[in-house]
Amino acid sequence: MLTDEDRRLLKLIAQDCRLKPEELSIQTGLSPDYIKKRIAEWEKEKVIVGYQPMINWARTGEEKVAALIEVRVLPQRGYGFDKIAKRLQKYPEITSLFLMSGGFDLTLLVEGKTMQDVALFVAEKLAPHEHVQSTATHFLLRRYKQDGVELMGEEETIQRLVVSP
Amino acid sequence: MNKYLASHVATLPPSGIRKFFDLVATMEDVISLGVGEPDFVTPWTVRESGIFSLEQGQTMYTSNAGLFELRDELSHHLSKTLGLMYDPHQEILVTTGASEAVDLVMRAILEPGDVVLVPDPSYVSYAPCAIMSGASVRFVSTFAKDDFRMRVEELEKVYTPQTKLLVLSYPNNPTGAIMNREDLLPIAEFVEKHDLLVLADDIYSDLTYEGTHVSFASIPGMKDRTLFISGFSKSYAMTGWRIGYVAGHADLIGGMTRIHQYTMLCAPIMGQISAIEALRSATDAKNDMITEYDRRRRLMVHGFRSMGLDCFEPLGAFYVFPDISKTKLTSEEFAEQLLKTEKVAVVPGTAFGPSGEGHIRCSYAYSTEQLLEALKRITHFVEERLANLP
Repeated sequence: MLTDEDRRLLKLIAQDCRLKPEELSIQTGLSPDYIKKRIAEWEKEKVIVGYQPMINWARTGEEKVAALIEVRVLPQRGYGFDKIAKRLQKYPEITSLFLMSGGFDLTLLVEGKTMQDVALFVAEKLAPHEHVQSTATHFLLRRYKQDGVELMGEEETIQRLVVSP
Repeated sequence: MNKYLASHVATLPPSGIRKFFDLVATMEDVISLGVGEPDFVTPWTVRESGIFSLEQGQTMYTSNAGLFELRDELSHHLSKTLGLMYDPHQEILVTTGASEAVDLVMRAILEPGDVVLVPDPSYVSYAPCAIMSGASVRFVSTFAKDDFRMRVEELEKVYTPQTKLLVLSYPNNPTGAIMNREDLLPIAEFVEKHDLLVLADDIYSDLTYEGTHVSFASIPGMKDRTLFISGFSKSYAMTGWRIGYVAGHADLIGGMTRIHQYTMLCAPIMGQISAIEALRSATDAKNDMITEYDRRRRLMVHGFRSMGLDCFEPLGAFYVFPDISKTKLTSEEFAEQLLKTEKVAVVPGTAFGPSGEGHIRCSYAYSTEQLLEALKRITHFVEERLANLP
């Protein structure tokens, strides 16, 4: 169970992982040593699994396409969906993989340089997979919001009085 | 045309902030820590409900006291969060911001000759509202050594038999001070002994960073003597919606409602509808903002203490109130010179009363980046000043 302090600390790291233990200490009131120890524990326990900047590739002009693929698979006796999911997640083309409720089983986010790349991956790697029954590929046209960040539209600028009581 | 102004208005001094505001307005690229409102935009769910209400054509007057649905929600909210029980039919009045509520309380109960006790320093409106009601004001000094909490000794010093009303505004603007139960108990005895009423401006109550806020109205025996004022501006980042409220004894609320019905009629309906939504579904958004303020608060206190200045730890609102007397400048000189040399706007403590001398009010309702840049500039200013003290 997380304590209130831990929750505050984790939230802060999730917001900006560039903050150093000393800065985190000032902003949380926890000691830098405690923070270092806790972060090391979380890294070991795989609570913190990575530190990545969030990049809006669409703004770079870099060619990149992504597709959301719904996959129906045959669950395996004794393993359910885990065994096949573990195999699929090894493909670097698959950037996200989720087990879903509803009309299909897995949702994959697949990324490639071109539509051709993604299509080839589906046709040659995914669809022929022995446990995959069917796939439905939806190409992603535009990202409006990702991981809580609004990528499109004007940023809200607040017009406040410069001094107010 | 000044001769046409009523004498009590003509002699009303402009807000201490006004002069400073005019000065800042003439300059460019100023980082201002002078703003007394959240930097967050109202949570989306609340804004969306306002938009929807307009689409639905909800553009009419409401009842004078405010939409019953809102008063009912407020009644539940106050009981759940502060243990205060108010009847939504007779004991809650929705106002156009908490500011109107302050004015209504004063106008409903004060008459010429009455005296109002106002904490010093505190928000700028109490004294002018009391004066406009014909009453006079005596300031109750609070001190950094007491963490700016109000003390009975100071109250006794300024008390006169004409005293009718005591203003309590905690968490406090500009100091960030809070009052715990132990601090309020002796005040309650004082209030009982002298048969006073209390205007409890609890507008910052949600922004309490240690423990939970204790309202004066929840002290045994004090509910009927207290006019509890709060609103949505600070907690839910809804300053522009102008929704506040006052809760208290039905007789007093009735009196205020009569003034309100002739002068304001009702608070804006879209604000009232959005306030209902805020109470129902913006708690998480509110808590996220509070967490964010708390981290900035620590950053600011650390920043000022690192400069070698005394800075009492504010436990409420979103202001720090560091002691700048080491620089041998008055509050006003400090604020003016800081603005001119480093382009950082802070508000002199004296804008909130004479006891604010030796302090400046810095709001931390700004992004971390802005706060860090401001702290850097203030550090530079203070270091230069301390190194070259006359």
